[in-house]
Amino acid sequence: MDLRFTPEENQFREEVRAFFRTALPASIRKKMELGQRISKEDTVTWQRILNAKGWAVPGWPVEWGGTDWGPVKTYIFREEMQLAPAPDPLGFNVSMVGPVLIAFGSDAQKKHFLPKVANLDYWFCQGFSEPGAGSDLASLRTSAKREGDHYIVNGQKIWTSRAQHADWMFCLVRTSNEGKRQEGISYLLIDVTTPGLTIRPIYTIDGEHHFNEVFFDNVRVPAENLVGQENKGWTYAKYLLGHERVGIARIGASKYRLQRAKALAQTVMIGDVPLGETERFREKVAAVEVELKALEITQMRVVANARHLAPGAADPTSSILKLKGTELQQATTEILMEVAGPDAMIHEPEHLWATATTPSIGPEWTTTTAADYFITRAASIYGGSNEIQKNVIAKRILGL
Amino acid sequence: MDFDFSDEQRMLKESIEQLINDRYGFEQRKKYLKEPAGFSRELWDQYAEMGLLGLPFEERHGGVGGGPVETMIVMEAFGRGLVLEPYLATVVMCGGLVNLGGNEAQRNAILPKIADGSLMLAFAHSEAQSRYDLADVAALAKRDADGWLLSGEKSFVAHGNCADQFIVSARIAGERNARDGIGLFLVNAKAPGVTRTSYETQDARRAARLNLDGVKVNSNDAIGDPGKALPLIERIADHTLAAVAAEAVGAMSAAHEATLEYLRTRKQFGAAIGSFQVLQHRAVDILVALEQARSMAFYATMMAGEPDPAQRSKAISAATIQIRKSGRFIGQQVVQLHGGIGMTLEYKIGHYFKRLTSMESLLGDTDHHLAALARAGGLIAAGA
Ligand SMILES: Cc1cc2nc3c(=O)[nH]c(=O)nc-3n(C[C@H](O)[C@H](O)[C@H](O)COP(=O)(O)OP(=O)(O)OC[C@H]3O[C@@H](n4cnc5c(N)ncnc54)[C@H](O)[C@@H]3O)c2cc1C
Repeated sequence: MDLRFTPEENQFREEVRAFFRTALPASIRKKMELGQRISKEDTVTWQRILNAKGWAVPGWPVEWGGTDWGPVKTYIFREEMQLAPAPDPLGFNVSMVGPVLIAFGSDAQKKHFLPKVANLDYWFCQGFSEPGAGSDLASLRTSAKREGDHYIVNGQKIWTSRAQHADWMFCLVRTSNEGKRQEGISYLLIDVTTPGLTIRPIYTIDGEHHFNEVFFDNVRVPAENLVGQENKGWTYAKYLLGHERVGIARIGASKYRLQRAKALAQTVMIGDVPLGETERFREKVAAVEVELKALEITQMRVVANARHLAPGAADPTSSILKLKGTELQQATTEILMEVAGPDAMIHEPEHLWATATTPSIGPEWTTTTAADYFITRAASIYGGSNEIQKNVIAKRILGL
Repeated sequence: MDFDFSDEQRMLKESIEQLINDRYGFEQRKKYLKEPAGFSRELWDQYAEMGLLGLPFEERHGGVGGGPVETMIVMEAFGRGLVLEPYLATVVMCGGLVNLGGNEAQRNAILPKIADGSLMLAFAHSEAQSRYDLADVAALAKRDADGWLLSGEKSFVAHGNCADQFIVSARIAGERNARDGIGLFLVNAKAPGVTRTSYETQDARRAARLNLDGVKVNSNDAIGDPGKALPLIERIADHTLAAVAAEAVGAMSAAHEATLEYLRTRKQFGAAIGSFQVLQHRAVDILVALEQARSMAFYATMMAGEPDPAQRSKAISAATIQIRKSGRFIGQQVVQLHGGIGMTLEYKIGHYFKRLTSMESLLGDTDHHLAALARAGGLIAAGA
């Protein structure tokens, strides 16, 4: 038992850090440091830089542009990326549709899609949730009927993040109403420019056009865009739950927020004393740091344990990572809110978007704090709400 | 002990709740947001007609002679409706400053105009560096032949976008955060040397930054004894916090009710989500937080008129701490229990969350009030 990284792992960390220092464009770094929003172009630019280095999809097999890093190095890479701070590559591409295609896609699909997914030539969005099917995803009703060599898709998706940027959607559709609900679902890839598909924006409480409603009115999807077998889509979607758990807690991002909060708290005066020197503030931050350290070690345990698992199998402990990880992300945004104080309440979206031409009313760094706090509330809702996570843990881990 | 409202108070409560029900639906509110000042002028006039704008003033000043309980009733209803009009700034803060600190000539000149809806004011006090310290005033008032010259910057003037007049705090003597030496001055928004920059706040309200560059005011535009204004400012800050406590309770209870309704009607896994025990318990936790907050809003209301400033401020800090704690918990949980729809601007629940959030830094955050309360010895004296 040894909690320390090996010299080789430490050297790898240095290498990764050095790369981020030089390769991350200054304009993107600045936005990340200030907590400003990253545009579509920024995400594409950065993912292509990573891809050119061979680091856009480290978890994929080498033959599809991945690496042979294994869990520990992948973990180090993720953490350094969040601390850089660099944007995440597009999760829908890298951690969702890519791994599903690798595991279940046809050779033709792999050849066509995977390079474009890795290089973000195709931007994928996730069409799972529907108005009537959120936590209870298996009750989804958007239907796909086979007609010759096409599926005809009708129905509606909702909360589809970034569909406005997307070229493609990976979509769960109902292809059968017989038997168990889970056994009538298929996994389709849909070109979002297909006639009959319309996208309506929905704004999140941070003021951003974050997600959308997507309507399907007799949308014709070539049958070759079915992934795997008909009516097996649920299994493919669930496969992701056991995949890529490393980094789901976003510990690096929480650490970065605390670093930032501690530095900024030195610039905010409470009477004659910087906020960062007051005992109350220090104790509050320290308490979060303790929990974060505990979760970091839990995460390392999961990472280190991965080599003992069968390929594709999930470590039950990994469910805890999302639960606690989202709580701590939210806690760190609350701390930043307290540092920014009344200035956080000034709403200057052009500063959030880095498009401002005039100085902000308060300090520049306070213009992103509330948006960060607001949108991070969603972390305990999407990807399986924290209530659902607890149901799963109670059932699967505790056997209750 | 009696927590019942009088007949008049009950009538006030019914009429204001009726108005909010009829006129402050979520879609109607969206229209008010699009008006030039970010609220409904028409409703402002209606408040005047109902006597709300003169609520705390005496009848000879055009008011109706109400007290903190009446203000609480109005503010709670405003909290339910997420009301946008500048009631707090004009009536509670500036009306309060003039009513309690002004001379008879000032009361006669200003209060009837507030009451009839023709005059809006905003309190220009906080500065970029002052954060939550009410005594931290760097803006300066210099003696000038027959009055004062004001200069400095006020960074956060709530509803400053629409004010016809400002009440500006400025230092006539002393160090930047000395308790002595602060004066209050009535300043016309159009006076030479006044520049305002309007902006929106996170809860869709409006505010302004005010720059004062040698703004000339007459001696008789000073409110009270220049140099001795801090106790008045503290008193009005406490009245404001008591009013905001009631507003918060209104927002929390409306959000709670909407969430209960959602738990009853939203179906997943073939059942109303309110049938899941964990969500039932969460709804109960919300209720407990709400009732704790409601009790402390009553406490703040009762103590707002307490003559001993130390006792008053201690009570207001205590109430504020509970309101913030309940407000944060309830704001976060009502969003959580709504799932995706709780995160959208298209649905009201997220707006309650944002309003409750923005109250958290008004006139001192939780830590500020905790420190003040602890410094004052807390609420319970040590045993023998
Ligand atoms: C910012 C954001 C981005 C998103 N992006 C996408 C996307 O790109 N693609 C996509 O397909 N979806 C996306 N979603 C949707 C997300 O996956 C759903 O919001 C989530 O699954 C919850 O579903 P719901 O919103 O319908 O809430 P509901 O399922 O109706 O849940 C409401 C509340 O009830 C609770 N609840 C439900 N069932 C139970 C139970 N059995 N026991 C206890 N509590 C329960 C929930 O935890 C929640 O608190 C996004 C959501 C958000 C907020």
